[in-house]
Amino acid sequence: MMRSEPRALQLNDDGQLKHFLTLDGLDKTILTEILDRADSFLTMGEQSVKKVPLLRGRTVVNLFFENSTRTRTTFELAAKRLSADVINLNIETSATSKGESLLDTLQNLQAMQSDMFVVRHSDSGAAHFIAEHCTPNVAIINAGDGRHAHPTQAMLDMLTIRRHKGQFEGLKVAIVGDILHSRVARSQLQALTTLGVDEVRLVGPKTLVPSFFSEMGAKICHDLEAGLKDVDVVVMLRLQKERMKGALLPSESEFYRLYGLTEESLSWAKPDAIVMHPGPINRGVEISSEVADGDHSVILNQVTNGIAVRMAVMSMAMSGQLQKAETDQGSEGEK
Amino acid sequence: MKLRVQNGRLIDPSQNLDAVVDLFVEDQKIVAIGEAPAGFEDAEVVDATGKWVLPGLVDLAVSLREPGQTQKGSIASEGRAAVSGGVTTLVCPPDTKPIVDTPAVAALIQDKADEAGMANVFPIGALTQGLEGEQLSNMVALTEAGCVAVSNGRHEMKSAKVLSRALEYAATHDLLVVFHPEDKSLSDGGCAHEGLYSTMHGLAGIPDTAETVALMRDLLLVEKTGVRAHFARLSCAKSVEMLADAKAAGLDVTADVALHNILLSDDVLNQFDGRFHVLPPLRGEGDRLTLIEGIKQGVISAICSDHQPHEKMAKIAPFAATEPGMANVEILLPLAMTLLDEGDLDFSTLLTCLTSGPAACFGLEAGSLAVGSFADFILFDSTSRWHWRYENRKTKGHNSPYFEDEFIGQVTATYISGQRIYQRS
Repeated sequence: MMRSEPRALQLNDDGQLKHFLTLDGLDKTILTEILDRADSFLTMGEQSVKKVPLLRGRTVVNLFFENSTRTRTTFELAAKRLSADVINLNIETSATSKGESLLDTLQNLQAMQSDMFVVRHSDSGAAHFIAEHCTPNVAIINAGDGRHAHPTQAMLDMLTIRRHKGQFEGLKVAIVGDILHSRVARSQLQALTTLGVDEVRLVGPKTLVPSFFSEMGAKICHDLEAGLKDVDVVVMLRLQKERMKGALLPSESEFYRLYGLTEESLSWAKPDAIVMHPGPINRGVEISSEVADGDHSVILNQVTNGIAVRMAVMSMAMSGQLQKAETDQGSEGEK
Repeated sequence: MKLRVQNGRLIDPSQNLDAVVDLFVEDQKIVAIGEAPAGFEDAEVVDATGKWVLPGLVDLAVSLREPGQTQKGSIASEGRAAVSGGVTTLVCPPDTKPIVDTPAVAALIQDKADEAGMANVFPIGALTQGLEGEQLSNMVALTEAGCVAVSNGRHEMKSAKVLSRALEYAATHDLLVVFHPEDKSLSDGGCAHEGLYSTMHGLAGIPDTAETVALMRDLLLVEKTGVRAHFARLSCAKSVEMLADAKAAGLDVTADVALHNILLSDDVLNQFDGRFHVLPPLRGEGDRLTLIEGIKQGVISAICSDHQPHEKMAKIAPFAATEPGMANVEILLPLAMTLLDEGDLDFSTLLTCLTSGPAACFGLEAGSLAVGSFADFILFDSTSRWHWRYENRKTKGHNSPYFEDEFIGQVTATYISGQRIYQRS
């Protein structure tokens, strides 16, 4: 008996984004719209005046229950380039550690009448939870929830791929490393599948690449050479040190020997393959310095693209919310 | 006091009975079926025309939350919920605060239950002191104080050696031990069945080996010690196979399953809905179907509500941070009957698993309408269509995915020892 039909929590009645929680359920048209809009912001970023007034008068709250300087900074920059007022809240060290529940924290923030929450949290589904329990007309942007999703990271990766490869059709992409704990890999897999690449390979040992991913459309490789053979894009994931304690891997050196990206292993990919990494990178753990800084690496482009993608998503969600608010007001007026 | 339950359709799988006949009650017991016994006069008549007359339900897992967690439920509130669902006999787990590891707590629960005048309540005593898995509880004293079995619940035993000794000691005194097979080192940190859905949504998984590895160890120790054993809340296909093999090899053990584990599978996790957070977790569709098969083949002989009421806030959090459990005792029968729509189970098997099946697992004198039994029975309107409204719930719990759902069939009255304890208003 199927009870909870997946609700289109993040789309308004016209099918436009009003939150951005996951790529699950978003079609190719919406993903392409995000990429196109981000592209237009990118060219704007090259001009001397970098601001647009799309979020003027709006308040964006960066709500980080988990620390992340890089992601928070790019969200902050994106919001400011959209002319929004930005507040950064590092909740990890404040209220919730005093035993306040997530719901209490939210209700307090809502009382401050902000328009958008950018949320990072260590629990999978936290962004869904907040979207369900927030007052209407507040847009929720998921900046990473547990192992579940990191949709803006995946979309900036898609933008990077499209700008380098032109299109998605025909591409082979390998994602290497700790897939099990990676919200980035999950969102990337959804984006790549929806945008129509030829093949997504997940590469790593069985402890880090559960077999269930094959039911989500990925091809699983436990051998790096087979995984990288003739791919157009290599995505390396960050390996957390605590994985050694959890008996998932014997050592960093053995991981590097078997799954690390070096000039030799990169030669198995296509000659024009690009190398990506969501950062921050562990040199000599998952990737060699030569490759990270080499000609194939587009890691710094990813950061630039990240600001544009976040501007795109924030402006789309805000207008999706406003349209909804106008409709609500309109129907109230008729009564 | 004499009672004549008239014109109802009497269905009692324990005596293969399904017929429109009268039921006669005297001095708390059933004295006759069909014809009135000689000299049976001046009886109060209960008109059961158009209704089913069924044995009162026996539920092996109802958390009353008292003592210690009255924000979630009380003996009075959950007792009321149980009888409104047709449950006349219930077994409650030892994980109250304080824990049921002294005769005083066991007595307190039963005294309060008597005072509330609701269902017959049988506590399970703790197998080890404080459920800490280290030092044996005074099991014999607990049994003398009314505990029907001993168990360490889902709490870990410190070692296989302590478990083995606890079982030997229980076997010495012919006590029933209830196992909740779970290897905590394998389930640690998990909140959902390890499978496609937990992988997709990034929820930490509980593999089926968390259950089966422990089950295999438990079965071997049961065989070695010869203790009477019941396995509670099985959730995996493989567990059913293992138990069937053990029974075929001559091991005399019984098992139950929580109703939600045979109704739902892990595909409901799509929207991170904490109402579906239960332990053991909702498993794959294959597991669910095998559990049902296990019921049909008699490997599993009881279905329980695994009633675990919670206050509202317990479920208002991201999935992994919610407290596990559902509070469904008051819809037990109509909810279980939705399984009949699948066509896999017949009503007689289902009713057995809710009455005489669980009673036999724990050796309880309940779950049957045979002459000489206590007159615990319910009247059931099998055609009534009704909605279970949140605001009309009897349980103190706020946690069920079934509020506002429509059900077919409703308990209209509940009798315990010939006394009417509940009547639908």
